[in-house]
Amino acid sequence: MSKVPADLKYTKSHEWVKVGGDGIVTVGITDHAQQALGDLVYVEAPQKGRKLTAGEACAVVESVKAASDLYSPVGGEVLESNAVLADAPEKINQDPYGTWIMRLKPANTADVNALLDAEAYEQVLADEAH
Amino acid sequence: MGKRTPLYDTHLAAGARLVDFGGWDMPVNYGSQIEEHHAVRRDAGMFDVSHMTVLDLEGPGVRDFLRKLLANDVNKLREPGKALYSCMLNEQAGIIDDLIVYCMHDDWFRMVVNAATHDKDLDWIARQAQPFGVKPAERDLAMIAVQGPNAREKVAGLLPVSLRDRALVLKPFTAVSGEEFFVARTGYTGEDGFEIMLPPGKAAVFWQALTHKGVTPCGLGARDTLRLEAAMNLYGADMDETTTPLESGLGWTIAWGPADRAFIGRAALEAQRDAGPKRKFVGLLLEDKGVLRSHQKVIVAGAGEGEITSGGFSPTLERSIALARVPAAAGGTVQVDIRGRLCRARVVKPPFVRNGEVLVK
Repeated sequence: MSKVPADLKYTKSHEWVKVGGDGIVTVGITDHAQQALGDLVYVEAPQKGRKLTAGEACAVVESVKAASDLYSPVGGEVLESNAVLADAPEKINQDPYGTWIMRLKPANTADVNALLDAEAYEQVLADEAH
Repeated sequence: MGKRTPLYDTHLAAGARLVDFGGWDMPVNYGSQIEEHHAVRRDAGMFDVSHMTVLDLEGPGVRDFLRKLLANDVNKLREPGKALYSCMLNEQAGIIDDLIVYCMHDDWFRMVVNAATHDKDLDWIARQAQPFGVKPAERDLAMIAVQGPNAREKVAGLLPVSLRDRALVLKPFTAVSGEEFFVARTGYTGEDGFEIMLPPGKAAVFWQALTHKGVTPCGLGARDTLRLEAAMNLYGADMDETTTPLESGLGWTIAWGPADRAFIGRAALEAQRDAGPKRKFVGLLLEDKGVLRSHQKVIVAGAGEGEITSGGFSPTLERSIALARVPAAAGGTVQVDIRGRLCRARVVKPPFVRNGEVLVK
């Protein structure tokens, strides 16, 4: 069974989102996503300053098996991508919730409010298993 | 629900992640594909390949039949136990499938063909076999590939006593059989090892015994990265009915002599050979960051475009490699279009890795 920490928000496309006190959001992929992808070997993260819309494909995570898109959970501007991943993408497999991919400044609060809570995401996983 | 091999329950119990492969539910990994890959390069790993099709062909006309059916020549197999790799072509020299054929006896050959091409292969073979009085019979056998530098030694102790010594002295591409076991020194990883056929009812016990010997269960994921490093073609990716062996890096599998052996596809193949193939099959080493994948476009300055047929991350080289079909003039450095980004890749002569050793610089 994959882990779903209660203090994070989620998307149906298996991103996790941490909403900071300053309103800045941090994004990664869930434990379920890293398990499904298998050993990660490359992450193509978005450029700093890029403006994203909610649901836009903005990064690519590649495992030994395949390439998979990461969709921006909210609209906003990219503040930073995780430089550590350039040389150590496997950190996502080792610690999916401790390894972020990008940080965003959300353009509006509605996108943030629309994110799933842990319970709702667990339901997404349960539905996918059937 | 897909078809299941006799080891299906064993895989589930071992925590395998299963995927559909040619209509079969097969393990893609048991945890980490990269660790499984390294186990085969450094020690010993095993694969359930029971989904593959085993066909026995018998009758006085079988040798003549196979000399027509296959681009390689079974007359190279003069004694029982010898095997060879061949393409089976259509009249246009397109590849219907690739296979291994074993000489069992004078009038008895065994072929192992791909699972994904099962139906079309059987149709084609049965049709061609008819005039020779040969009837292909499919065998219900489990098949386990045990591969790696320590594979043969780990397997030997588990074989019936009468087979042990004979199995250990097998040369590459030869086989022995007895007491319902068939043991061949063949594989699809670029490492030494055995492929073992056995009755379905004995497969789970044999697999468990291998586990106790320290052989690592490996899924189709590792099988794919291993065979890619070893530059062994995958049917349906690196070749199909629209490509010939000459365009697929398989010229060495064509037996041109004797000149009067009229195998299917010969005329088309000779015409292509004489005209000079326009495309060739090469290895690529990615120089930039990223991962090469099948169907990405290869741009060769001044010579046109080609395509990656298999690509991925090489756990042994720790960088991305690929097999590609490119214009015949390609060499040096080429560009690959990775999602709109042009990346540099170097053309190399495959294989990338054999017997644990990196062969490209």
